[in-house]
Amino acid sequence: MEIHKYEKFWFGLSLLLIVGFIGTITYGAVGAGVQMVSDSGGTVEPSFSSINDHEKFAQQEDNRAVPVEGEEDKYEVGVVAQRFIFQPGTNNPIEVPEGSEVTFYITSPDVIHGFSVVGTNANTMVIPGQIAEITVEFDELEGDERKEYGLVCHEFCGAGHENMAGKIQVLPEEAWNSGGDA
Amino acid sequence: MGVFVNDYPDEAFIVRAALTSSFVALAIGGLMGIIQTLHRTGFYDSLISNADYYTVLTLHGVAMVLLFTIFFLVGFFQWAVTDSLGRSSEDIRITKLWYAMMVLGAGMSAVTILGGFVDAGSLSGVDADVLYTFYAPLEAHPLYYIGLATFIIGTWIAGFDWFRSWWAWKRENPDERTPLRTFMVLTTMLMWYLASLGVAISVVFFLIPWSLGIFESVNSLLTRTLFWFFGHPVVYFWLMPVYMMWYVILPKLAGGRLFSDPLARIVFVLFLVLSVPTGIHHQYVDPGIAEGFKFLAMTNTMFLLLPSFLTAFTVVASIEHGARQRGGKGYFSWLTALPWGRPAFTGMTLAGLMFAAAGFSGMINAGMSINYLVHNTLWVVGHFHMTVGTAVALSIMAATYWFLPIITGREIFSRRLGLAQVLMWFVGMVFMGNAMHRAGLAGVPRRTADPTYSQFDYTNTFGAVTELRFQIALGAVFLTTSLLLFFAHLVLSSFDIGERAAATPDSIPTPLSGPEHAPAVLDNIRLWTSVAIVLILLTYILPIASIVSDGGFLGSYGAIVVDQIAALLSPVLDTGGGVIG
Repeated sequence: MEIHKYEKFWFGLSLLLIVGFIGTITYGAVGAGVQMVSDSGGTVEPSFSSINDHEKFAQQEDNRAVPVEGEEDKYEVGVVAQRFIFQPGTNNPIEVPEGSEVTFYITSPDVIHGFSVVGTNANTMVIPGQIAEITVEFDELEGDERKEYGLVCHEFCGAGHENMAGKIQVLPEEAWNSGGDA
Repeated sequence: MGVFVNDYPDEAFIVRAALTSSFVALAIGGLMGIIQTLHRTGFYDSLISNADYYTVLTLHGVAMVLLFTIFFLVGFFQWAVTDSLGRSSEDIRITKLWYAMMVLGAGMSAVTILGGFVDAGSLSGVDADVLYTFYAPLEAHPLYYIGLATFIIGTWIAGFDWFRSWWAWKRENPDERTPLRTFMVLTTMLMWYLASLGVAISVVFFLIPWSLGIFESVNSLLTRTLFWFFGHPVVYFWLMPVYMMWYVILPKLAGGRLFSDPLARIVFVLFLVLSVPTGIHHQYVDPGIAEGFKFLAMTNTMFLLLPSFLTAFTVVASIEHGARQRGGKGYFSWLTALPWGRPAFTGMTLAGLMFAAAGFSGMINAGMSINYLVHNTLWVVGHFHMTVGTAVALSIMAATYWFLPIITGREIFSRRLGLAQVLMWFVGMVFMGNAMHRAGLAGVPRRTADPTYSQFDYTNTFGAVTELRFQIALGAVFLTTSLLLFFAHLVLSSFDIGERAAATPDSIPTPLSGPEHAPAVLDNIRLWTSVAIVLILLTYILPIASIVSDGGFLGSYGAIVVDQIAALLSPVLDTGGGVIG
């Protein structure tokens, strides 16, 4: 088979680029530690009763992040995404302390939803039966003002989907320690 | 060589019928497009309610990406097979049958979608506000799924029809190489059979029985995974007829011939092998699928860039060759020697140019960790409006100016009008495409009737969100005007009042480097199909087994049967999940 030398050169260059892309993403996963949403969150039967009994959602008494026992600055939040609210998140903003590492557990009792913190790379699908687990790092605040992030459902979940949104509030240490608004 | 319509009148009739269906879908999809753009951007949101927006969106998606593209494809492929093998359909009744099935299926689904506009009660329960991805447990009327299945079975029979022609040709010409166009059709259809199996299983075994009430529930991660098993290769199904145009028609229009027949065959073989085992890249942020499977899908996806890179080379080289045949000189000034006055050439070239740009946003989408930033934002919508919405749609419209005389025997109405139309589409998509990408980076979600929220404001570093909204709406106005010009042109052309009465001769020149330079193994489609199947099994068996062991076939999380399957498969699954962390 006859392949022109320019074709060969182009072929080689293309392969190099492709291998380069895979290399940088691999570095992002292994080096920079960007983990993919995976099956680590486990499963739960997609019904309110099963979800409410599940430890990650049962421990979520209000809109405050729950400290992980024995681990400093680590917190958990169990969020139920349902037509057309995040619970917590929509009626009350989810409260997290500054400088913390917060793991969100999110599931849905009805249809597929999305969970994305607007303007950041915290983004996951929420699928009935599956518990999505994502860990988000919140920086120290620069002043003593609270910082707010928007929260949206980005997957069509029925008429009313456009209203499904919420907030995450990062609290300064003092406000967090005094109990926030919870 | 005569004109196709005279040599094969029956086949030309089916081709015209398929193109008519395609353009009806384009008209409906276009109307829905302008309505939803003006609604969503807030420029005119009193025509429809927010609830109806999703009906409009469903119709826009189904009409554009399933009906417009695939109806055009079957018409174009029918021409490609008949013309390149130089033989009529083996049995024209089969040809008519698959076309009729596709129309019937499309009609059934369209009726259920339109039911969404009627107030509940009068046509109780007939609706399909599920978008073209129909993620369960969002539920449509059973007829929606039955229509889709009928449509897809129609395409399967079409593929069989073309294989039959090829088998018959092969018996009569045992020592000849399969003509390039037929080779492209066959490899594309094999890819399509493999890919559509996923959605067929999902629809026939799960969604239809569930929508009829036979099953109470479905495993939504399973049906979603089966959808994307089909949902990514389907984009190549849209793209392959366009690649055929770029390889076969564009070099001819440029005044030359295809650079290399073997390279064209390699590209189509690569698409057959790599298209399907990539679907999980649409599920990078899905829970319930281990990271290793996502990494595997990403690797396949990245290698799928290769055939597109090769196409860029071959097509540009062929165009340059054409320009030099026409007297073009110099490093870049040969560009001026090209036939820019022909809408078919200019449209396809601009479509290719935009495809290159969209390729870059595609690489971002494909990178699994950077995908977090853009997943389900308007960025993705911008990406596919520049790929399927321009690379494919604009090429189809542009090629129609070349194709119409071949299948009708009449010249098109006016090249100038055609030129204005393709340019307007390109400009419109420059506005819409770039603004959607940038809005996506600001976090504006896709698939919503109203992307403004009381809870927060977008902070956009690249310009105000209002400016982006304006650009999207402006782009939509350009695109709609372009569509109107296109349809006006089709109508005017049918009256035979064009610039010239005689149709242009339609022979396709032989490539510079012909099939005799391609190793025979390239034509061994049985081998390539086997490789494709092995890759699909490697990529999909473990994730699907894991999804089923988690939630059963019907989403019965924690049932006894499921535990048994899980126990059976657990040693295998543990290995699979451990590929990466």
